[in-house]
This record gives sequence, C-alpha cells and structure tokens, in this order.
Amino acid sequence: MHIPDGLLDPKTFGTAWVLGGAFVAYAVSKTNKELQERQIPFMGVMAAFIFAAQMINLPVAGGTSGHLLGGVMAAVLLGPWAASIIMTTVLALQAFIFLDGGVTVLGANILNMAVIGVFAGYGVYLLFKKAWPNRAGILVGTFVGSWVSVVLAAAACGIEIVASGMGQFNIVLPAMLTWHVLIGLVEAVIATAVVSYLTQVRPDLVQQTAKA
Amino acid sequence: MMRKEIGALLILAVVLALCVSPFASSFPDGLERVGEDYGFIDNATELIKSPIPDYLFPGIANEKAATAVAGIVGTLLTLGVAYGIGYLLKGRTDSGSDIGKQQKGC
Repeated sequence: MHIPDGLLDPKTFGTAWVLGGAFVAYAVSKTNKELQERQIPFMGVMAAFIFAAQMINLPVAGGTSGHLLGGVMAAVLLGPWAASIIMTTVLALQAFIFLDGGVTVLGANILNMAVIGVFAGYGVYLLFKKAWPNRAGILVGTFVGSWVSVVLAAAACGIEIVASGMGQFNIVLPAMLTWHVLIGLVEAVIATAVVSYLTQVRPDLVQQTAKA
Repeated sequence: MMRKEIGALLILAVVLALCVSPFASSFPDGLERVGEDYGFIDNATELIKSPIPDYLFPGIANEKAATAVAGIVGTLLTLGVAYGIGYLLKGRTDSGSDIGKQQKGC
C-alpha cells in the first residue's frame, strides 16, 4: 500500500509528514537508549529481509496481490522503536531508489506503515504476550498483531486518500479494508513463520518488553 | 558475531531477492486495485527520476534478470544503510551519555 505521488494533497501529506516525522524522531532517541549493541547486525538483516520480502507480491484473490510489510515482525524481535526506524529506512530507499511509494507522500507512508502499522500491531501482540506469557502467546500475538497492523495501516491510507478528495469515505474505506483483511493474512502467516523459526532455538531473540 | 539464525535470515533475504522476486505476482496490490476500481490511481505521478524504477535494473533487457539484480542491489543497500543507522545510533549513545545526564539535571 505504498502511496505514489499525486494521490495526496499538500495539507494531507504535510500533516502526515509532521506526525510521522515527529514520531520517527522520537523513535530515534528511544532506539538510541534501548537498542543493544549486539542487536545492530540483526537490525541490518531485518531491514534487508523486509526489503526483499516486500518485493514478493503474492496473489490473494480476484486479481489482487499483497506483500509482507513486516513492521510487527520486526517489533517483536527488536522492539517497536527499532522496528519503526527499520520500516522508515526501507520506505525511504523504496521511494528514492525504486519508485515504490512517492517522495512527497513518504511521510504518509511512514505514518501508515512505520508508525501506525508497527505500534498498533505491537500493542495487540503485547496483549497476547501478557495474557499468555509463553511461546504460544508470542506466536499467536505475532499473528493477530500482524493482521491488525495491515488492516489499520490500510484504514489510515484510505482516510488520507479520502481527505485528499480522491474518493468518498463510504466507498474507499470499505474497499481498502476488504482487500487488506485478506492481505493481512499473508502478513500474519509470514511474520509468524519467521518469528517461530527465529525463536525455535533462541527464545532470547524476542525483544523483552520495553521497561519505560 | 552474528548468530546462526540471523545469518539464515540474511541468506533467505538474498534468495528471495535473487531467485523469487522475478516470479512475484504482477497483480495490482490492494491500494492499486482500489485506485483502479474507483479511478483515483490515474492521479499518480512520478516526481523524481529513480535510479532503479519499478525494481528493474536499467540496461538489462531480460525483465526477470533486471528484477533479480535490482532485488539483490536493494537488499544489500538496505542491509548497509540499516546497519549504518544502528551503528550511528549506538555510537551516539556512548558519546552522548553526558547529554543524558544533562537532561536528567534539567
């Protein structure tokens, strides 16, 4: 759901830049404090994996495809702040090097996929992890949180498009949600498989819940 | 030192970029589909000249090969940039401990 240039008007992409930018700036300072030195290579590899996996569009239904976003997967393994930085890095490279997502709307794509997608989905994950503090809780939380992350990012994307006068709320929003309810399942399956694999031998790879 | 599992994830990323990405679905994604159905995708424009537009490495006639090369270039570039950002963030922590104390003082 990378928004291309031309779909959002200046007031909408400007607002998104302010919100997304402020959040990422805060994420930089939080990552600065919370990321451990041994996690730096993992951060690089996670970003590389997300970039590669985002190239793999899988058909979902009716001639539409979807690909992994990966925000919740990264948040489960590296914490939500580092995940937000990772997603922002991937989105910026995609916009400037690969013409995937626009440059004026990069703030909106960051807001949708690196902020809303990461934190809303991670919040859901934490609920499961708290209620069910074992590996099953982590995996079910990753699955549900990943699905929620795609659905909410798509809702935000739809709202921005409607706010830019590109369509009607009661048409665009249900359409975005319908497709992304399906695409979210792709997200959930891949994210859970990766987290499951990485925690199979080393449960300590899961980021402990942030202290503050 | 990189853990074995993280190395495996990197290998998987390289395999996806090199061998799987050329065979990815070319169906529109969810947003493009909604944009096609309701007509707003026609407003999309290109504002900058991308070096590797649409994941096709320029100068390679075979589209699958061009995608594979774009994929591996992008994957390694992303690895480097994200690693660099992580390194810079941690570097700032070590030299920035004074700043942290100052903030506490305020």
